[in-house]
Amino acid sequence: MDQLIYATEVLLNGLMTGVMYALVALGFVLIFKASGVFNYAQGVLALFAALTLVGIQQGQIPFAHMINAMFGTHLETFGWTVPSLVAILLTAMVMVVLAFLIEKLVLQHLVGQEPIILFMATIGLAYFLEGLGDVMWGADIKTLDVGLPQGISETIEGVTADWFGYGFFIDRLDLWATAIAAALVAALVAFAQYTKQGRAMRAVADDHQAALSVGISLRFIWVMVWSIAGFVALVAGIMWGTKSGVQFSLSLIALKALPVLMLGGFTSIPGAIVGGLIIGVGEKLFEFLIGPMIGGATENWFAYVLALIFLVFRPQGLFGERIIERV
Amino acid sequence: MASVPEEGVVTPDGRQIGGVLMEMKNITLRFGGVVAVKDISFDIRKGEIRAIIGPNGAGKSSMLNVISGFYNPQEGEVWFKGYRRGPMKPYEVARLGIARTFQNIALFDGMTVLDNIMTGRLNKMRSGFLAQALWWGAAEREEIENRAQVEKIIDFLEIQNIRKTPVGRLPYGLKKRVELARALAAEPQLLLLDEPMAGMNVEEKEDMSRFILDVNDEFGTTIALIEHDMGVVMDISDRVVVMDYGRKIGDGTPAEVRGNQEVIDAYLGVAHD
Repeated sequence: MDQLIYATEVLLNGLMTGVMYALVALGFVLIFKASGVFNYAQGVLALFAALTLVGIQQGQIPFAHMINAMFGTHLETFGWTVPSLVAILLTAMVMVVLAFLIEKLVLQHLVGQEPIILFMATIGLAYFLEGLGDVMWGADIKTLDVGLPQGISETIEGVTADWFGYGFFIDRLDLWATAIAAALVAALVAFAQYTKQGRAMRAVADDHQAALSVGISLRFIWVMVWSIAGFVALVAGIMWGTKSGVQFSLSLIALKALPVLMLGGFTSIPGAIVGGLIIGVGEKLFEFLIGPMIGGATENWFAYVLALIFLVFRPQGLFGERIIERV
Repeated sequence: MASVPEEGVVTPDGRQIGGVLMEMKNITLRFGGVVAVKDISFDIRKGEIRAIIGPNGAGKSSMLNVISGFYNPQEGEVWFKGYRRGPMKPYEVARLGIARTFQNIALFDGMTVLDNIMTGRLNKMRSGFLAQALWWGAAEREEIENRAQVEKIIDFLEIQNIRKTPVGRLPYGLKKRVELARALAAEPQLLLLDEPMAGMNVEEKEDMSRFILDVNDEFGTTIALIEHDMGVVMDISDRVVVMDYGRKIGDGTPAEVRGNQEVIDAYLGVAHD
């Protein structure tokens, strides 16, 4: 019985981790669907967004280190702090400008190129953004606090203690992250299904020629999609940054999105969500049930092994489009 | 050139043919060293069905792609509604009121028939980005108005029973009809059809011919179409341009073109000197 109660707690925590994975995977799916680009830089976008958010919030002077090194000055901050909400809005605007620049300076010159070329371009972009983030805001580890509640949720602990005689440990940040991510996903789905721009986005995802012929500007849609992906990255950056600090390793959460995508399919928004949940729950439960028998630390590899098994039996993922080659 | 007075005429079956809607002046299009279209001029008048015909590789599709902005010619002028059109992107041309279909069908396979046709009305929707995203009153009203218009077209083309079907699952002939519906949804001033009957059986061809005539008759839409099958074209068009090897070899009413020696040679295959 105790075992079952513990497993339930683990399951809940797994679900909440899964939502965070889904959030990162969602950014990939959006760009992949609309432009066929596998955006390796999605994780770095999250890092860059989090760095920029902290920088703006704390009133850091961008490029301070570089300016100091060049002119022998000792600049650091403007000496003000910006309220969280304003800082988030400003960062969102920075992400839109970034999306515009990426389209203008990179994608536009690679129209019609092989997917592998575009993929390589996003690898380049990832390293460039990583460097730019460092130069603009410094390489030190930063704490991010936008006022999201943190620490154990006493309500849940109390209630579960009454019910089961054992209080569940659930982080309030995880609860908030889940709620925000769920709202974001719902908003994105509604946007894609019911708005003019959403319909245009789906059209571009499906057929470029046909989209052009009904008067859709591909460039506009690409900038829009990268902006949305940038915004999703910002949300992911806020969640993970609050949880574990804003540092380079934040960009590595993108690697966790890969098995999520293999499970869910690269072209499916529901797939990204379900895939994220399966991986989140799967790795936590596996660690809890099987981990002790084989020496633990299974969370590092479980997701990838699961993805590998999936690749063998269902290469298009749970919800992906099946590719049938006619001969 | 068939003589139509500037102010227009009424055809024997009572349709109104008006002044010049589009004029191509000395268009030349090259791909590297290959000349696809060579110094071609012709016009399209309001309300007529204008065909461009010719054997394989004559440059018909290239010509259509010039009109729809998918290619920009190296030489020549394109005039639309009395204004000279500079080099344009295809989506800009679409916004001017020129809709098209494709020879190999370009539909959004993952979307339903209804959604596909709704994309045709994207440029008729005026509500801004925010209003759309937040679904405010104006945006909702607009969506309903546009839906009504689309339903009219669905009725017209007799595809009510497949409205909610994903396009990818439809047979070829119906896909062609959905593509026509999407083009019509934009309420175009000029409708371009790239081989609307290609790959169809006789019955489907007859259906499509009827729809083309009905569209022209009912909505007064000007139609320019490319076709391979000479028989069908002669039956439904008001005037015909004949191309061969990138050049224009004939232009006039079906009867005039049929009697043109150069056209007969091109179709029957006389050695070119």
